[in-house]
Amino acid sequence: MTQPLSTLKGFGVTFKQILKKPITQQYPEYKRPVYPRFRGRHRLWKHENGLEKCVGCSLCAAACPADCIRVVAAENTPDNRVSAGERYARIYEINMSRCIFCGYCELACPFDAITLGNEFEISEYNRDDQIYTKDMLLAEPIKQVPVADRDLFDTPIPFYRSDS
Amino acid sequence: MREPWWIAIVEAVVIVNLVMVTFAYLTWLERKGLGRIQLRYGPNRAGPFGLLQPIADLVKLVRKEAFAPSSAIDAPYILAPVIALFTALAAFSVIPWGPGWHIYHWDVQGEVVNVPIALILVFALGSLGIYGFIVGGWASESKFSLLGSMRTCAQLVSYEVSLALSVLGVVLLGRSLSLVDIVHRQGELLPFAAPQFVGMLVFFFAGIAETSRAPFDLPEADTELVAGYHTEYSGMRWGLFQTAEYVNLITLSGLMVTLFFAGWHGPWHLGPLWFVLKLLALLFVFIWVRATLPRLRYDQLMRFGWKVLLPVATVNAVITALVVAAT
Repeated sequence: MTQPLSTLKGFGVTFKQILKKPITQQYPEYKRPVYPRFRGRHRLWKHENGLEKCVGCSLCAAACPADCIRVVAAENTPDNRVSAGERYARIYEINMSRCIFCGYCELACPFDAITLGNEFEISEYNRDDQIYTKDMLLAEPIKQVPVADRDLFDTPIPFYRSDS
Repeated sequence: MREPWWIAIVEAVVIVNLVMVTFAYLTWLERKGLGRIQLRYGPNRAGPFGLLQPIADLVKLVRKEAFAPSSAIDAPYILAPVIALFTALAAFSVIPWGPGWHIYHWDVQGEVVNVPIALILVFALGSLGIYGFIVGGWASESKFSLLGSMRTCAQLVSYEVSLALSVLGVVLLGRSLSLVDIVHRQGELLPFAAPQFVGMLVFFFAGIAETSRAPFDLPEADTELVAGYHTEYSGMRWGLFQTAEYVNLITLSGLMVTLFFAGWHGPWHLGPLWFVLKLLALLFVFIWVRATLPRLRYDQLMRFGWKVLLPVATVNAVITALVVAAT
């Protein structure tokens, strides 16, 4: 009421927005590249000679704040050699419905056997399907998630960009 | 040959359905327009450009469980949204949208009925529609619904005064209460938006408040109070209230086009097309206002209604009367 002219100016501002392109990213069609150090679905790794890196020490399970990792270790025998160490993980399960993706398991692991990947589309219709077994964690991820160029982020330039 | 009685019924069915389609796509236009103003896309998943979104919304609302509070007073609780929608739709019947045609060997009017006191009828129906809102809130037997309906009624009743006073100038210039005569007179002279510019502004502001839209959308106030009189409504009963609100908006825009922008008159004799174009432009302005202005505080709303709009409308009516009497 007091400033009719500036109110009219406001109408001009809102009208101008109609001519601009919306900034919404259309998610299922366009997947925004994730941050290189994004913490997504876990991976278990193997050595180049095919032996598993995990030695069943349960340090990841101990570090897990959500208590979602279950490790049952067994001894390696000469005719059944699974991991590079003395023991191996006979059962390695991660309950993804409990995991908070904090990455402490990754930090706790002395052999870099477990890392957090980039995949984030891990919804399921059934809670039982959220329990990831060792075979699932060892396999290559089925879905590939676009990842942003590491050089853009791990350099001293500011991590925020005007166009992101 | 005179118009037989059933032509009015056929016309009424056509008009009601057209208004309902306009309502459905007004919701689409509003969401799309608001989205684009806020640099979003708005609905774009259901069909091309989200054009099937109103149909999806309707299916969702109809399939939704319509629960009622166990203490609700059944008959008025169920009738309230019906009253609100009925009065909103009925008011459109007197708005002329064409010059009238000669089809086969019948004369078809450009409006459903030509009532000599059409303007009074529209305002009477508008006042009746308020009953829908107050009865709905009261029959829910919920304190908050009752408070919400009181809030709504206080707003609607106080702005109705300015709304009615603002068209007094148009009535004086048009020398009739019949909308058909007013439109014809504007076709002969000029659209009354020019001599009645102040009246038009008052009508516009009061109209926003009457249809409870932003920045006067305190009856709903979706960001802080969430809902008012329709708190206890769900499913299609709530949908009827929402429909009534939008149909009220369409009716009010139609009335404004009729009273101030010469209705279906315009260059090149496009007839109903002019009416539709003016209506759409006006509806866009309503959406634009909603996207631009923040909601008023309740005391600001009351002060604006009684201390600004009412005196301005009164002075406008008096001056118009003096000028008309002098010439």
